Amino acid sequence: MATVPKVDVGTDYKEKYGFFVPEEYVFKAKRGLNPEIVKEISWMKQEPEWMTKMRLRSLEIFRKKPMPTWGADLSVIDFENIFYYLKASDKQSKTWEELPPDIKATYDRLGVPEAERKFLAGVSAQYESEVVYHSLQKELTAKGVIFTDTDSALRDHPELFKEYFGTVIPPADNKFAALNTAVWSGGSFIYVPKGVRVDIPLQAYFRINAENMGQFERTLIICDEGSFVHYIEGCTAPIYTTDSLHSAVVEIIVKKDARCRYTTIQNWSTNVFNLVTKRAMAYADATMEWVDGNLGSQITMKYPSVYLMEPGAKGDVLSVAFAGKGQHQDAGGKMIHVAPNTTSTITSKSISKAGGRTSYRGHIKMYPDAKNSKSFVKCDALLLDDESRSDTYPYNDVDAENVTLGHEATVSKVSDEQLFYLMSRGITRSEAETMIVNGFIEPFTKELPLEYAVELNRLIQLEMEGSVG
Amino acid sequence: MADFEIKDLRASVEGKEILKGVTLAINKGEVHAVMGPNGSGKSTLSHTLMGHPGYTVDGGEVIFKGQNVLALEPDERARLGMFLALQYPVVVPGISMTNFLRTALNAKRGYDGKDKSKQVTPKEFRSLLKSELEVLHMDDSFLPRYINDGFSGGEKKRAEILQMAILKPEIAILDETDSGLDIDSIKFVADAVNRMRGPDLGVLIITHYTRILQFIKPDFVHVLVDGKFVLSGGPEIADRLEKTGYSEWAEADEPAVLKPEEVA
Repeated sequence: MATVPKVDVGTDYKEKYGFFVPEEYVFKAKRGLNPEIVKEISWMKQEPEWMTKMRLRSLEIFRKKPMPTWGADLSVIDFENIFYYLKASDKQSKTWEELPPDIKATYDRLGVPEAERKFLAGVSAQYESEVVYHSLQKELTAKGVIFTDTDSALRDHPELFKEYFGTVIPPADNKFAALNTAVWSGGSFIYVPKGVRVDIPLQAYFRINAENMGQFERTLIICDEGSFVHYIEGCTAPIYTTDSLHSAVVEIIVKKDARCRYTTIQNWSTNVFNLVTKRAMAYADATMEWVDGNLGSQITMKYPSVYLMEPGAKGDVLSVAFAGKGQHQDAGGKMIHVAPNTTSTITSKSISKAGGRTSYRGHIKMYPDAKNSKSFVKCDALLLDDESRSDTYPYNDVDAENVTLGHEATVSKVSDEQLFYLMSRGITRSEAETMIVNGFIEPFTKELPLEYAVELNRLIQLEMEGSVG
Repeated sequence: MADFEIKDLRASVEGKEILKGVTLAINKGEVHAVMGPNGSGKSTLSHTLMGHPGYTVDGGEVIFKGQNVLALEPDERARLGMFLALQYPVVVPGISMTNFLRTALNAKRGYDGKDKSKQVTPKEFRSLLKSELEVLHMDDSFLPRYINDGFSGGEKKRAEILQMAILKPEIAILDETDSGLDIDSIKFVADAVNRMRGPDLGVLIITHYTRILQFIKPDFVHVLVDGKFVLSGGPEIADRLEKTGYSEWAEADEPAVLKPEEVA
């Protein structure tokens, strides 16, 4: 594990995570949601008619579907008080130099250019609702890899786009998938051709920076046969006082023998409702891995899932959730075994502090054809005090024969013995607590690229010091 | 005034009085051994001195560098120059020994993330580790492992002494460091401790058995029975206990040497 650089919360945090850049929007939509706004968004983007229609149809579905009540309390969301579309800049920038100065300043402080210099293949940094900065290394283009923002993909790769968009998560899947399909903007689009391995992680930085602005990015990744890609999204959001909604949809298709890893670290400010639908289809001998870290937000509901469609498909979810005061992290994973000899694992680690609440919610489904399949679920919860709470809601539906299904759950507290031991070596109580928490999530951290591991340890440190949000 | 003074220390665990007035003065350069049968209060003494939250101080004081350390948090005591090698070192998953040692050393040096001049440099840290590992007959493979996770009894105890060597305390309390060790491990541990002996270090060895005292020669020996010292003197007391055990004190009829079958 990397050592945790100390952060001066009084200045560094505000500098690095909580800064504001004066808003300079080319277009700012009205608050609220109705067919006119949806049409206006589609018109602004000069979209083909099929997309406009799909958006309108999705809006209808969104209106008809009731608010889900089985998870966290969502009744306080006021859909009429949200901006559904903002365009931060009216044209796409190909190079760093061409970026508008205030946006550049934001990314400078986020460290995007350094990261790029080090190992980025391409940066697709979402600022507000639309991707404004995007670059691709020449070799990627030469290999036929497409890595672009989703709006551009609709324009530049219409056939590929139409073939896959909405096939993994149709608008009628759930209320928030319908909402996203109606008003989506931005997100990443990746296509990796047959047999191509992208050795360097593709990354995008996301940021919300307008009060009461919903962010509805839409990501679509297609890994053709025998290919490999690792996509990373990391989020740090500034602090706001009014509610904000983030409702993304991520669809992934992993074809025969391909492998896709999708890594997320989200640190929304603690007023954000983070309601995300993430799903992948894995075909014969394909592997899909979700690595998902949830810090921040007021409420998160997120259950990355893998549909194991053909024999030999493999699905993995590795997730970490941190809930502090007033936060509810309702996260987990779903594994749907459709074909024989498919395997899945879900490893969930959660930390609750200062009255925060974490829930593991998981679903393992094995259809009758899923013979000889295996699934293993492990949930570990760490409670930092007596006010905090952790629950697990595992749902298992097994209709297949000769399958193995394991479930293991632990709830523990930071022990006095561990604290005393570290403190007896001169380490302060707060640093010792941070170390124990970082140690607890180490199985997750070690899966991250070093920069992200350091960043996550830092965020945990900030959370532990109670200085976030 | 001695460098480290325990004055009439009284302590209890879960309401039960264990230490009933312990007084002891340790100077740097000296090695003291506290010996006693089971239940005499040895572990209570070590844990109370270091500030474990499960032990309640009922009276007395412990003066070190002009302060009553009983008012300090364990980390403050450590940074002041105290060290406790635990009888049962604690497992902390997910944190490597390297990270632990480096963090502890930085804390000891007062590095708080700001003044980089106080931070241990990678080069210095490596060379420090290298020489201490050699003395303890440990190899590098131990460093990336999680704190005490999956360590054998001998590895745990050697890891404790390694921490002591890195942190260089002025007062070190070794709590039953010999228990569960084979003779080779005891020798490695004793070598390391003997190497650290000198005018800058006072040592308090807490032990049931006389065995470790054959390798680390104490200057003073104190016998603790039922929460009080019943006898204090020179190393000859250890020899006496080796022969008679704790039978002199009626309620404590226990030998002070390991039976042959108990020697690992």
